[in-house]
Amino acid sequence: MMLEIGIEHYLTVAAMLFTLGVFGIFLNRKNVIIILLSVELILLSVNINLVAFSSYMGDLVGQVFTMLILTVAAAEASIGLAILVVYFRNRGSIAVEDIHLMKG
Amino acid sequence: MAELFPNLSIAYGEIFLALGAMVLLMVGVFKKDSVNLVSWLSVAFMAIALFLTIGAGAEQQYTFSNLFVADGFTRFMKILVLVAAALAVIMSREFFRLEGDNRFEFPVLLVLATVGMMIMVSANDLMSLYMGIELQSLSLYVLAAFKRDSERSTEAGLKYFVLGALSSGILLYGCSLVYGFIGSTNFSSIATALSNMGDGNAPIGAVVGLVFVLAGLAFKVSAVPFHMWTPDVYEGSQTPVTAFFAVAPKVAALALLARTLYVPFGDMSGSWTQVIMFMSIASMLLGSFAAIMQTNIKRLMAYSSIGHVGFALLGLIAGTSGGLRGLIIYMTIYLVMNVGTFVCIMSMRRKEDGMVEDIKELSGLSQNHPALALAISIFMFSLAGVPPLAGFFAKWYVIIPIVTQGHFVLATIAVLASVVGAYYYIRIVKVMYFDDQVEGFLPQKSFPMKIIVTLAAVLIIAFIVPQISTPILESATAAAQGMDPN
Repeated sequence: MMLEIGIEHYLTVAAMLFTLGVFGIFLNRKNVIIILLSVELILLSVNINLVAFSSYMGDLVGQVFTMLILTVAAAEASIGLAILVVYFRNRGSIAVEDIHLMKG
Repeated sequence: MAELFPNLSIAYGEIFLALGAMVLLMVGVFKKDSVNLVSWLSVAFMAIALFLTIGAGAEQQYTFSNLFVADGFTRFMKILVLVAAALAVIMSREFFRLEGDNRFEFPVLLVLATVGMMIMVSANDLMSLYMGIELQSLSLYVLAAFKRDSERSTEAGLKYFVLGALSSGILLYGCSLVYGFIGSTNFSSIATALSNMGDGNAPIGAVVGLVFVLAGLAFKVSAVPFHMWTPDVYEGSQTPVTAFFAVAPKVAALALLARTLYVPFGDMSGSWTQVIMFMSIASMLLGSFAAIMQTNIKRLMAYSSIGHVGFALLGLIAGTSGGLRGLIIYMTIYLVMNVGTFVCIMSMRRKEDGMVEDIKELSGLSQNHPALALAISIFMFSLAGVPPLAGFFAKWYVIIPIVTQGHFVLATIAVLASVVGAYYYIRIVKVMYFDDQVEGFLPQKSFPMKIIVTLAAVLIIAFIVPQISTPILESATAAAQGMDPN
Protein backbone atom coordinates (compact mmCIF):
# COMPACT_ATOMS: atom_id res chain seq x y z
CA MET A 1 0.00 0.00 0.00
CA MET A 2 1.38 3.39 -1.00
CA LEU A 3 1.33 6.10 1.61
CA GLU A 4 0.08 9.42 0.32
CA ILE A 5 2.38 12.23 1.46
CA GLY A 6 0.24 15.22 2.45
CA ILE A 7 0.74 18.59 4.03
CA GLU A 8 0.63 17.12 7.52
CA HIS A 9 3.77 15.09 6.88
CA TYR A 10 5.69 18.16 5.77
CA LEU A 11 4.46 20.09 8.78
CA THR A 12 5.51 17.26 11.09
CA VAL A 13 9.01 17.12 9.62
CA ALA A 14 9.32 20.90 9.91
CA ALA A 15 8.10 20.85 13.52
CA MET A 16 10.61 18.12 14.36
CA LEU A 17 13.47 20.03 12.74
CA PHE A 18 12.43 23.20 14.56
CA THR A 19 12.37 21.41 17.90
CA LEU A 20 15.73 19.81 17.21
CA GLY A 21 17.15 23.23 16.39
CA VAL A 22 15.84 24.84 19.58
CA PHE A 23 17.09 21.93 21.71
CA GLY A 24 20.42 22.07 19.90
CA ILE A 25 20.85 25.65 21.07
CA PHE A 26 19.90 25.04 24.69
CA LEU A 27 21.27 21.58 25.43
CA ASN A 28 24.59 21.99 23.65
CA ARG A 29 27.36 22.81 26.12
CA LYS A 30 30.35 22.29 23.89
CA ASN A 31 30.74 24.43 20.85
CA VAL A 32 29.29 27.64 19.45
CA ILE A 33 29.51 26.26 15.90
CA ILE A 34 26.82 23.73 16.88
CA ILE A 35 24.62 26.69 17.82
CA LEU A 36 25.11 28.20 14.36
CA LEU A 37 24.16 24.85 12.82
CA SER A 38 21.05 24.72 15.01
CA VAL A 39 20.02 28.20 13.88
CA GLU A 40 20.30 27.08 10.26
CA LEU A 41 18.18 24.04 11.11
CA ILE A 42 15.45 26.30 12.51
CA LEU A 43 15.47 28.52 9.43
CA LEU A 44 15.30 25.50 7.11
CA SER A 45 12.38 24.07 9.04
CA VAL A 46 10.58 27.36 8.45
CA ASN A 47 11.37 27.11 4.76
CA ILE A 48 9.86 23.61 4.58
CA ASN A 49 6.75 24.94 6.28
CA LEU A 50 6.43 27.87 3.91
CA VAL A 51 7.00 25.85 0.74
CA ALA A 52 4.57 23.15 1.89
CA PHE A 53 1.85 25.73 2.65
CA SER A 54 2.59 27.55 -0.58
CA SER A 55 2.22 24.41 -2.67
CA TYR A 56 -0.85 23.28 -0.72
CA MET A 57 -2.66 26.60 -1.19
CA GLY A 58 -1.38 27.25 -4.71
CA ASP A 59 -0.13 30.64 -3.56
CA LEU A 60 3.34 31.83 -4.56
CA VAL A 61 3.92 34.22 -1.65
CA GLY A 62 5.29 31.43 0.56
CA GLN A 63 7.99 30.61 -1.95
CA VAL A 64 8.95 34.28 -2.30
CA PHE A 65 9.27 34.41 1.49
CA THR A 66 11.50 31.31 1.36
CA MET A 67 13.85 33.01 -1.09
CA LEU A 68 14.13 36.00 1.23
CA ILE A 69 14.85 33.75 4.21
CA LEU A 70 17.56 31.84 2.31
CA THR A 71 19.32 35.11 1.43
CA VAL A 72 19.09 36.56 4.91
CA ALA A 73 20.22 33.25 6.45
CA ALA A 74 23.42 33.42 4.38
CA ALA A 75 24.11 36.97 5.59
CA GLU A 76 23.30 35.97 9.15
CA ALA A 77 25.65 32.98 9.06
CA SER A 78 28.50 35.09 7.71
CA ILE A 79 28.06 37.74 10.39
CA GLY A 80 27.80 35.07 13.07
CA LEU A 81 31.01 33.41 11.92
CA ALA A 82 32.78 36.78 11.76
CA ILE A 83 31.81 37.56 15.35
CA LEU A 84 32.89 34.06 16.34
CA VAL A 85 36.32 34.62 14.76
CA VAL A 86 36.95 37.88 16.65
CA TYR A 87 35.73 36.21 19.82
CA PHE A 88 38.12 33.30 19.33
CA ARG A 89 41.04 35.68 18.79
CA ASN A 90 40.36 37.26 22.17
CA ARG A 91 39.56 34.18 24.22
CA GLY A 92 41.26 31.31 22.41
CA SER A 93 38.18 29.17 22.93
CA ILE A 94 34.68 28.86 21.55
CA ALA A 95 33.34 26.48 24.18
CA VAL A 96 29.88 27.53 25.32
CA GLU A 97 30.72 27.15 29.02
CA ASP A 98 33.56 29.67 28.64
CA ILE A 99 31.21 32.49 27.63
CA HIS A 100 30.62 33.88 31.10
CA LEU A 101 32.56 37.12 31.58
CA MET A 102 29.34 38.93 32.40
CA LYS A 103 26.50 37.54 34.45
CA GLY A 104 24.12 38.36 37.29
CA MET B 1 -4.46 45.88 -7.76
CA ALA B 2 -0.70 45.80 -7.94
CA GLU B 3 0.46 49.10 -9.35
CA LEU B 4 2.68 49.02 -12.43
CA PHE B 5 5.25 51.23 -10.78
CA PRO B 6 5.18 51.59 -6.98
CA ASN B 7 4.47 54.96 -5.41
CA LEU B 8 7.92 55.75 -4.08
CA SER B 9 7.10 59.14 -2.62
CA ILE B 10 6.04 57.84 0.80
CA ALA B 11 9.25 55.80 1.13
CA TYR B 12 11.66 58.58 0.13
CA GLY B 13 13.14 58.70 3.62
CA GLU B 14 14.12 55.02 3.60
CA ILE B 15 15.32 55.07 0.00
CA PHE B 16 17.43 58.15 0.61
CA LEU B 17 18.97 56.74 3.77
CA ALA B 18 19.72 53.36 2.16
CA LEU B 19 21.48 55.05 -0.75
CA GLY B 20 23.17 57.40 1.72
CA ALA B 21 24.60 54.45 3.65
CA MET B 22 26.27 53.20 0.48
CA VAL B 23 27.64 56.66 -0.31
CA LEU B 24 29.03 56.85 3.25
CA LEU B 25 30.65 53.47 2.84
CA MET B 26 32.34 54.58 -0.39
CA VAL B 27 33.51 57.84 1.16
CA GLY B 28 34.88 55.95 4.14
CA VAL B 29 36.73 53.39 2.04
CA PHE B 30 38.25 55.67 -0.57
CA LYS B 31 39.03 58.79 1.44
CA LYS B 32 41.74 58.57 4.06
CA ASP B 33 40.95 59.65 7.66
CA SER B 34 37.38 60.47 6.77
CA VAL B 35 35.73 59.34 10.00
CA ASN B 36 34.69 62.86 11.00
CA LEU B 37 33.34 63.56 7.53
CA VAL B 38 31.42 60.27 7.44
CA SER B 39 29.97 60.88 10.90
CA TRP B 40 28.69 64.37 10.22
CA LEU B 41 27.48 63.34 6.75
CA SER B 42 25.51 60.53 8.36
CA VAL B 43 23.91 63.02 10.75
CA ALA B 44 23.08 65.26 7.79
CA PHE B 45 21.61 62.32 5.87
CA MET B 46 19.43 61.42 8.85
CA ALA B 47 18.27 65.04 9.06
CA ILE B 48 17.33 64.96 5.37
CA ALA B 49 15.58 61.62 5.84
CA LEU B 50 13.70 63.23 8.73
CA PHE B 51 12.42 66.00 6.48
CA LEU B 52 11.51 63.51 3.74
CA THR B 53 9.60 61.44 6.32
CA ILE B 54 7.75 64.49 7.59
CA GLY B 55 7.05 65.52 4.01
CA ALA B 56 5.42 62.16 3.27
CA GLY B 57 2.37 63.39 5.18
CA ALA B 58 0.19 61.78 7.80
CA GLU B 59 -2.39 60.31 5.43
CA GLN B 60 -2.55 56.50 5.39
CA GLN B 61 -0.96 55.28 2.16
CA TYR B 62 0.31 51.91 0.96
CA THR B 63 2.98 51.10 -1.59
CA PHE B 64 5.18 48.23 -2.84
CA SER B 65 2.12 45.96 -3.32
CA ASN B 66 0.87 46.81 0.19
CA LEU B 67 4.12 45.66 1.81
CA PHE B 68 4.83 49.15 3.08
CA VAL B 69 2.55 51.57 4.89
CA ALA B 70 2.96 55.20 5.86
CA ASP B 71 0.60 57.05 8.18
CA GLY B 72 0.65 59.43 11.12
CA PHE B 73 1.84 56.70 13.47
CA THR B 74 4.78 55.58 11.30
CA ARG B 75 5.74 59.21 10.77
CA PHE B 76 5.91 59.95 14.48
CA MET B 77 7.83 56.76 15.31
CA LYS B 78 10.29 57.30 12.46
CA ILE B 79 10.98 60.80 13.75
CA LEU B 80 11.82 59.31 17.15
CA VAL B 81 14.06 56.65 15.58
CA LEU B 82 15.92 59.15 13.42
CA VAL B 83 16.43 61.60 16.28
CA ALA B 84 17.73 58.82 18.54
CA ALA B 85 20.10 57.54 15.84
CA ALA B 86 21.44 61.00 14.98
CA LEU B 87 22.04 61.75 18.67
CA ALA B 88 23.85 58.41 19.04
CA VAL B 89 26.24 59.36 16.21
CA ILE B 90 26.88 62.79 17.74
CA MET B 91 27.53 61.24 21.18
CA SER B 92 29.86 58.65 19.70
CA ARG B 93 32.19 61.27 18.18
CA GLU B 94 33.55 62.48 21.50
CA PHE B 95 33.72 58.93 22.91
CA PHE B 96 35.72 57.45 20.04
CA ARG B 97 38.01 60.48 19.91
CA LEU B 98 38.93 59.97 23.55
CA GLU B 99 39.26 56.21 23.12
CA GLY B 100 41.58 56.80 20.15
CA ASP B 101 39.56 54.22 18.19
CA ASN B 102 38.15 56.08 15.21
CA ARG B 103 36.62 53.85 12.56
CA PHE B 104 34.20 55.10 9.94
CA GLU B 105 32.21 51.83 10.00
CA PHE B 106 30.37 52.94 13.13
CA PRO B 107 28.17 55.62 11.52
CA VAL B 108 27.66 53.47 8.42
CA LEU B 109 26.38 50.52 10.46
CA LEU B 110 24.25 52.86 12.50
CA VAL B 111 22.65 54.31 9.36
CA LEU B 112 21.95 50.81 8.03
CA ALA B 113 20.37 49.81 11.34
CA THR B 114 18.25 52.96 11.14
CA VAL B 115 17.01 52.04 7.67
CA GLY B 116 16.04 48.64 9.07
CA MET B 117 14.15 50.27 11.92
CA MET B 118 12.27 52.59 9.58
CA ILE B 119 11.22 49.57 7.52
CA MET B 120 10.11 47.82 10.72
CA VAL B 121 7.97 50.80 11.65
CA SER B 122 6.40 50.87 8.18
CA ALA B 123 6.02 47.11 7.72
CA ASN B 124 2.59 46.03 6.52
CA ASP B 125 3.43 42.43 5.69
CA LEU B 126 5.18 39.58 7.48
CA MET B 127 7.88 39.70 4.79
CA SER B 128 8.72 43.38 5.21
CA LEU B 129 8.51 42.87 8.98
CA TYR B 130 11.15 40.14 8.74
CA MET B 131 13.40 42.03 6.33
CA GLY B 132 13.28 45.17 8.49
CA ILE B 133 14.06 43.25 11.67
CA GLU B 134 16.96 41.44 10.05
CA LEU B 135 18.51 44.56 8.50
CA GLN B 136 18.36 46.16 11.94
CA SER B 137 19.56 43.10 13.86
CA LEU B 138 22.46 42.20 11.59
CA SER B 139 23.82 45.75 11.90
CA LEU B 140 23.32 45.71 15.66
CA TYR B 141 25.15 42.38 16.12
CA VAL B 142 28.22 43.94 14.53
CA LEU B 143 27.85 47.14 16.55
CA ALA B 144 27.70 45.15 19.80
CA ALA B 145 31.01 43.46 18.93
CA PHE B 146 32.45 46.71 17.57
CA LYS B 147 35.47 46.82 19.88
CA ARG B 148 36.92 43.73 18.36
CA ASP B 149 40.00 43.46 20.59
CA SER B 150 37.92 43.48 23.78
CA GLU B 151 36.76 40.23 25.32
CA ARG B 152 33.66 41.82 26.79
CA SER B 153 32.55 43.52 23.61
CA THR B 154 32.97 40.41 21.45
CA GLU B 155 31.25 38.31 24.09
CA ALA B 156 28.35 40.80 24.04
CA GLY B 157 28.20 40.51 20.26
CA LEU B 158 28.27 36.73 20.36
CA LYS B 159 25.54 36.50 22.98
CA TYR B 160 23.39 39.00 21.14
CA PHE B 161 23.89 37.15 17.88
CA VAL B 162 23.04 33.68 19.20
CA LEU B 163 19.91 34.77 21.05
CA GLY B 164 18.91 37.19 18.28
CA ALA B 165 19.19 34.49 15.63
CA LEU B 166 17.12 32.13 17.79
CA SER B 167 14.43 34.79 18.24
CA SER B 168 14.36 35.47 14.49
CA GLY B 169 13.89 31.74 13.94
CA ILE B 170 11.00 31.62 16.42
CA LEU B 171 9.44 34.69 14.82
CA LEU B 172 9.73 33.13 11.36
CA TYR B 173 8.21 29.85 12.48
CA GLY B 174 5.26 31.87 13.76
CA CYS B 175 5.06 33.74 10.45
CA SER B 176 4.97 30.44 8.52
CA LEU B 177 2.11 29.15 10.70
CA VAL B 178 0.15 32.38 10.33
CA TYR B 179 0.67 32.25 6.58
CA GLY B 180 -0.44 28.63 6.38
CA PHE B 181 -3.51 28.86 8.59
CA ILE B 182 -4.78 32.28 7.50
CA GLY B 183 -3.58 32.17 3.91
CA SER B 184 -1.76 35.47 3.58
CA THR B 185 1.25 37.33 4.88
CA ASN B 186 -0.25 40.77 4.31
CA PHE B 187 -1.44 42.61 7.42
CA SER B 188 -4.56 43.98 5.75
CA SER B 189 -5.51 40.58 4.29
CA ILE B 190 -4.90 38.84 7.62
CA ALA B 191 -7.15 41.41 9.32
CA THR B 192 -9.91 40.84 6.74
CA ALA B 193 -9.61 37.05 6.95
CA LEU B 194 -9.75 37.10 10.75
CA SER B 195 -12.74 39.43 10.91
CA ASN B 196 -14.58 37.16 8.44
CA MET B 197 -13.94 34.21 10.73
CA GLY B 198 -15.65 36.05 13.57
CA ASP B 199 -14.64 36.59 17.15
CA GLY B 200 -12.72 33.74 18.79
CA ASN B 201 -12.97 31.46 15.75
CA ALA B 202 -9.39 31.87 14.56
CA PRO B 203 -7.78 28.51 13.69
CA ILE B 204 -5.60 27.11 16.47
CA GLY B 205 -2.58 27.15 14.13
CA ALA B 206 -2.95 30.90 13.73
CA VAL B 207 -3.09 31.36 17.50
CA VAL B 208 0.09 29.29 17.93
CA GLY B 209 1.70 31.28 15.12
CA LEU B 210 0.74 34.56 16.77
CA VAL B 211 2.29 33.43 20.06
CA PHE B 212 5.54 32.54 18.26
CA VAL B 213 5.57 35.93 16.49
CA LEU B 214 4.96 37.64 19.83
CA ALA B 215 7.84 35.72 21.41
CA GLY B 216 10.17 36.85 18.62
CA LEU B 217 9.08 40.47 18.93
CA ALA B 218 9.28 40.35 22.74
CA PHE B 219 12.93 39.45 22.35
CA LYS B 220 13.52 42.54 20.23
CA VAL B 221 11.91 44.84 22.81
CA SER B 222 13.61 42.83 25.62
CA ALA B 223 10.41 42.08 27.53
CA VAL B 224 10.51 39.37 30.21
CA PRO B 225 10.82 36.34 29.70
CA PHE B 226 12.97 37.13 26.64
CA HIS B 227 15.21 39.70 28.30
CA MET B 228 18.21 37.47 29.19
CA TRP B 229 20.51 39.07 26.64
CA THR B 230 19.86 42.69 27.63
CA PRO B 231 22.08 43.14 30.73
CA ASP B 232 25.05 41.32 29.21
CA VAL B 233 24.87 43.13 25.87
CA TYR B 234 24.38 46.54 27.49
CA GLU B 235 27.30 45.97 29.84
CA GLY B 236 29.69 44.53 27.28
CA SER B 237 29.09 46.93 24.39
CA GLN B 238 30.79 50.29 24.20
CA THR B 239 28.81 53.08 25.80
CA PRO B 240 27.64 54.90 22.61
CA VAL B 241 26.46 51.54 21.28
CA THR B 242 24.57 50.90 24.52
CA ALA B 243 23.06 54.39 24.32
CA PHE B 244 21.81 53.56 20.84
CA PHE B 245 20.55 50.08 21.83
CA ALA B 246 18.61 51.52 24.75
CA VAL B 247 16.49 53.83 22.62
CA ALA B 248 16.11 53.48 18.85
CA PRO B 249 15.65 49.68 18.47
CA LYS B 250 13.13 49.69 21.33
CA VAL B 251 11.09 52.47 19.75
CA ALA B 252 11.07 50.67 16.40
CA ALA B 253 10.27 47.25 17.84
CA LEU B 254 7.47 48.62 20.03
CA ALA B 255 6.00 50.42 17.02
CA LEU B 256 6.14 47.17 15.06
CA LEU B 257 4.62 45.23 17.97
CA ALA B 258 1.81 47.79 18.25
CA ARG B 259 0.98 47.59 14.56
CA THR B 260 1.18 43.78 14.51
CA LEU B 261 -1.21 43.49 17.42
CA TYR B 262 -3.65 46.23 16.42
CA VAL B 263 -3.92 45.84 12.64
CA PRO B 264 -3.66 42.17 11.55
CA PHE B 265 -4.44 40.52 14.88
CA GLY B 266 -6.86 43.13 16.26
CA ASP B 267 -9.66 40.55 16.09
CA MET B 268 -7.62 38.10 18.14
CA SER B 269 -7.13 40.52 21.03
CA GLY B 270 -8.62 37.93 23.38
CA SER B 271 -5.64 35.69 22.60
CA TRP B 272 -2.87 38.24 22.92
CA THR B 273 -4.05 40.55 25.69
CA GLN B 274 -3.18 38.01 28.38
CA VAL B 275 0.24 37.34 26.87
CA ILE B 276 1.07 41.05 26.75
CA MET B 277 -0.31 41.50 30.25
CA PHE B 278 1.99 38.79 31.59
CA MET B 279 5.02 40.22 29.77
CA SER B 280 4.22 43.71 31.01
CA ILE B 281 3.83 42.72 34.67
CA ALA B 282 6.89 40.47 34.62
CA SER B 283 9.01 43.16 32.93
CA MET B 284 7.98 45.86 35.38
CA LEU B 285 8.68 43.65 38.39
CA LEU B 286 11.97 42.25 37.11
CA GLY B 287 13.10 45.70 36.01
CA SER B 288 12.45 46.99 39.52
CA PHE B 289 13.80 44.17 41.66
CA ALA B 290 16.77 42.90 39.66
CA ALA B 291 18.24 46.39 39.28
CA ILE B 292 18.56 46.84 43.05
CA MET B 293 21.65 44.63 43.30
CA GLN B 294 23.51 46.09 40.32
CA THR B 295 26.82 47.88 40.73
CA ASN B 296 27.55 48.61 37.06
CA ILE B 297 25.62 51.62 35.82
CA LYS B 298 25.20 50.29 32.28
CA ARG B 299 23.81 47.03 33.66
CA LEU B 300 21.50 49.05 35.85
CA MET B 301 20.27 50.96 32.80
CA ALA B 302 19.62 47.62 31.09
CA TYR B 303 17.29 46.51 33.89
CA SER B 304 15.80 49.98 33.93
CA SER B 305 15.03 49.69 30.21
CA ILE B 306 13.39 46.28 30.77
CA GLY B 307 11.16 47.90 33.40
CA HIS B 308 10.31 50.80 31.10
CA VAL B 309 9.34 48.42 28.30
CA GLY B 310 6.94 46.81 30.78
CA PHE B 311 5.31 50.20 31.34
CA ALA B 312 5.16 50.95 27.62
CA LEU B 313 3.44 47.58 27.02
CA LEU B 314 0.66 48.71 29.39
CA GLY B 315 -0.44 51.03 26.60
CA LEU B 316 -1.06 48.03 24.33
CA ILE B 317 -3.17 46.18 26.89
CA ALA B 318 -5.82 48.91 26.86
CA GLY B 319 -6.34 48.12 23.16
CA THR B 320 -7.64 51.63 22.55
CA SER B 321 -6.39 54.68 20.74
CA GLY B 322 -5.75 56.24 24.15
CA GLY B 323 -3.48 53.34 25.11
CA LEU B 324 -1.53 53.69 21.88
CA ARG B 325 -1.19 57.40 22.58
CA GLY B 326 0.20 56.54 26.01
CA LEU B 327 2.77 54.24 24.39
CA ILE B 328 3.84 56.98 21.96
CA ILE B 329 4.20 59.58 24.71
CA TYR B 330 6.06 57.07 26.88
CA MET B 331 8.61 56.32 24.16
CA THR B 332 9.11 60.04 23.42
CA ILE B 333 9.87 60.87 27.04
CA TYR B 334 11.89 57.67 27.48
CA LEU B 335 14.08 58.76 24.53
CA VAL B 336 14.82 62.15 26.11
CA MET B 337 15.58 60.66 29.55
CA ASN B 338 17.80 57.90 28.24
CA VAL B 339 19.78 60.05 25.84
CA GLY B 340 20.48 62.49 28.67
CA THR B 341 21.47 59.72 31.07
CA PHE B 342 23.86 58.13 28.62
CA VAL B 343 25.58 61.43 27.84
CA CYS B 344 26.19 61.70 31.59
CA ILE B 345 27.47 58.11 31.74
CA MET B 346 29.90 58.91 28.95
CA SER B 347 31.28 61.74 31.09
CA MET B 348 32.44 59.15 33.67
CA ARG B 349 35.99 59.07 32.47
CA ARG B 350 39.30 59.46 34.30
CA LYS B 351 42.67 60.19 32.85
CA GLU B 352 44.39 56.91 33.73
CA ASP B 353 41.45 54.48 34.06
CA GLY B 354 39.56 55.54 30.93
CA MET B 355 35.81 54.88 31.12
CA VAL B 356 34.56 53.87 34.57
CA GLU B 357 31.16 52.25 34.95
CA ASP B 358 30.85 51.44 38.63
CA ILE B 359 28.17 53.33 40.58
CA LYS B 360 30.72 53.76 43.43
CA GLU B 361 32.73 56.04 41.15
CA LEU B 362 29.90 58.59 41.31
CA SER B 363 30.50 58.96 45.03
CA GLY B 364 30.59 62.60 46.08
CA LEU B 365 30.11 63.79 42.53
CA SER B 366 28.17 66.83 43.70
CA GLN B 367 31.39 68.33 45.08
CA ASN B 368 33.56 67.60 42.03
CA HIS B 369 31.05 68.30 39.26
CA PRO B 370 27.91 69.98 40.61
CA ALA B 371 26.38 70.50 37.16
CA LEU B 372 26.84 66.86 36.13
CA ALA B 373 25.46 65.66 39.47
CA LEU B 374 22.44 67.91 39.06
CA ALA B 375 21.80 66.63 35.53
CA ILE B 376 22.06 62.98 36.62
CA SER B 377 19.71 63.69 39.53
CA ILE B 378 17.13 65.20 37.18
CA PHE B 379 17.31 62.17 34.89
CA MET B 380 17.16 59.71 37.78
CA PHE B 381 14.14 61.40 39.39
CA SER B 382 12.46 61.48 36.00
CA LEU B 383 13.21 57.79 35.30
CA ALA B 384 11.80 57.00 38.74
CA GLY B 385 8.61 58.85 37.81
CA VAL B 386 8.75 61.60 40.42
CA PRO B 387 6.35 64.47 39.67
CA PRO B 388 6.57 67.13 38.28
CA LEU B 389 9.21 65.73 35.91
CA ALA B 390 8.39 64.28 32.49
CA GLY B 391 8.85 60.66 33.59
CA PHE B 392 5.82 61.02 35.84
CA PHE B 393 3.61 62.11 32.94
CA ALA B 394 4.92 59.24 30.80
CA LYS B 395 3.65 56.77 33.40
CA TRP B 396 0.45 58.78 33.91
CA TYR B 397 -0.55 58.56 30.24
CA VAL B 398 -0.08 54.77 30.05
CA ILE B 399 -1.79 54.02 33.36
CA ILE B 400 -4.91 56.18 32.82
CA PRO B 401 -6.15 54.18 29.76
CA ILE B 402 -5.60 50.97 31.76
CA VAL B 403 -7.70 52.30 34.63
CA THR B 404 -10.52 53.45 32.34
CA GLN B 405 -10.60 49.91 30.92
CA GLY B 406 -11.07 48.57 34.46
CA HIS B 407 -7.68 46.87 34.94
CA PHE B 408 -7.30 48.09 38.51
CA VAL B 409 -5.01 45.28 39.70
CA LEU B 410 -2.67 45.87 36.79
CA ALA B 411 -2.54 49.61 37.48
CA THR B 412 -1.78 48.93 41.15
CA ILE B 413 1.06 46.56 40.26
CA ALA B 414 2.46 49.19 37.88
CA VAL B 415 2.47 51.87 40.56
CA LEU B 416 4.03 49.53 43.12
CA ALA B 417 6.74 48.47 40.64
CA SER B 418 7.47 52.12 40.01
CA VAL B 419 7.86 52.69 43.78
CA VAL B 420 10.35 49.81 44.08
CA GLY B 421 12.19 51.11 41.02
CA ALA B 422 12.47 54.54 42.59
CA TYR B 423 14.75 53.00 45.24
CA TYR B 424 17.63 52.26 42.91
CA TYR B 425 17.31 55.47 40.93
CA ILE B 426 17.31 57.60 44.05
CA ARG B 427 20.17 55.54 45.52
CA ILE B 428 22.35 56.99 42.74
CA VAL B 429 21.34 60.50 43.79
CA LYS B 430 22.19 59.59 47.39
CA VAL B 431 25.63 58.27 46.33
CA MET B 432 26.35 61.50 44.46
CA TYR B 433 25.22 63.90 47.17
CA PHE B 434 25.87 62.17 50.50
CA ASP B 435 28.78 59.77 50.05
CA ASP B 436 32.48 60.53 50.48
CA GLN B 437 34.19 62.36 47.69
CA VAL B 438 36.39 60.32 45.33
CA GLU B 439 38.68 61.45 42.52
CA GLY B 440 36.82 63.58 39.96
CA PHE B 441 36.27 62.83 36.28
CA LEU B 442 37.85 64.54 33.32
CA PRO B 443 35.86 67.69 32.58
CA GLN B 444 33.41 67.35 29.71
CA LYS B 445 34.77 69.60 26.98
CA SER B 446 32.59 68.59 24.07
CA PHE B 447 30.12 71.33 23.17
CA PRO B 448 27.51 69.02 21.49
CA MET B 449 27.44 66.79 24.57
CA LYS B 450 26.76 69.76 26.85
CA ILE B 451 24.00 70.98 24.53
CA ILE B 452 22.32 67.53 24.42
CA VAL B 453 22.37 67.07 28.17
CA THR B 454 21.13 70.60 28.86
CA LEU B 455 18.32 70.31 26.32
CA ALA B 456 17.26 66.93 27.70
CA ALA B 457 17.23 68.21 31.28
CA VAL B 458 15.31 71.36 30.35
CA LEU B 459 12.74 69.38 28.36
CA ILE B 460 12.20 67.02 31.29
CA ILE B 461 11.66 69.85 33.75
CA ALA B 462 9.62 71.98 31.37
CA PHE B 463 7.23 69.21 30.33
CA ILE B 464 4.79 70.39 33.00
CA VAL B 465 4.46 73.75 31.21
CA PRO B 466 1.42 73.37 28.95
CA GLN B 467 3.04 75.38 26.14
CA ILE B 468 5.77 72.71 25.91
CA SER B 469 3.73 69.56 26.50
CA THR B 470 0.60 70.37 24.49
CA PRO B 471 2.21 70.15 21.03
CA ILE B 472 3.80 66.79 21.98
CA LEU B 473 0.55 65.43 23.40
CA GLU B 474 -1.46 66.63 20.43
CA SER B 475 0.87 65.15 17.84
CA ALA B 476 0.89 61.88 19.83
CA THR B 477 -2.92 61.86 19.76
CA ALA B 478 -2.91 62.47 16.01
CA ALA B 479 -0.28 59.74 15.53
CA ALA B 480 -2.28 57.22 17.55
CA GLN B 481 -5.43 57.97 15.58
CA GLY B 482 -3.41 57.79 12.37
CA MET B 483 -2.88 54.05 12.79
CA ASP B 484 -5.93 52.90 14.68
CA PRO B 485 -8.41 51.58 12.11
CA ASN B 486 -11.28 51.77 14.61
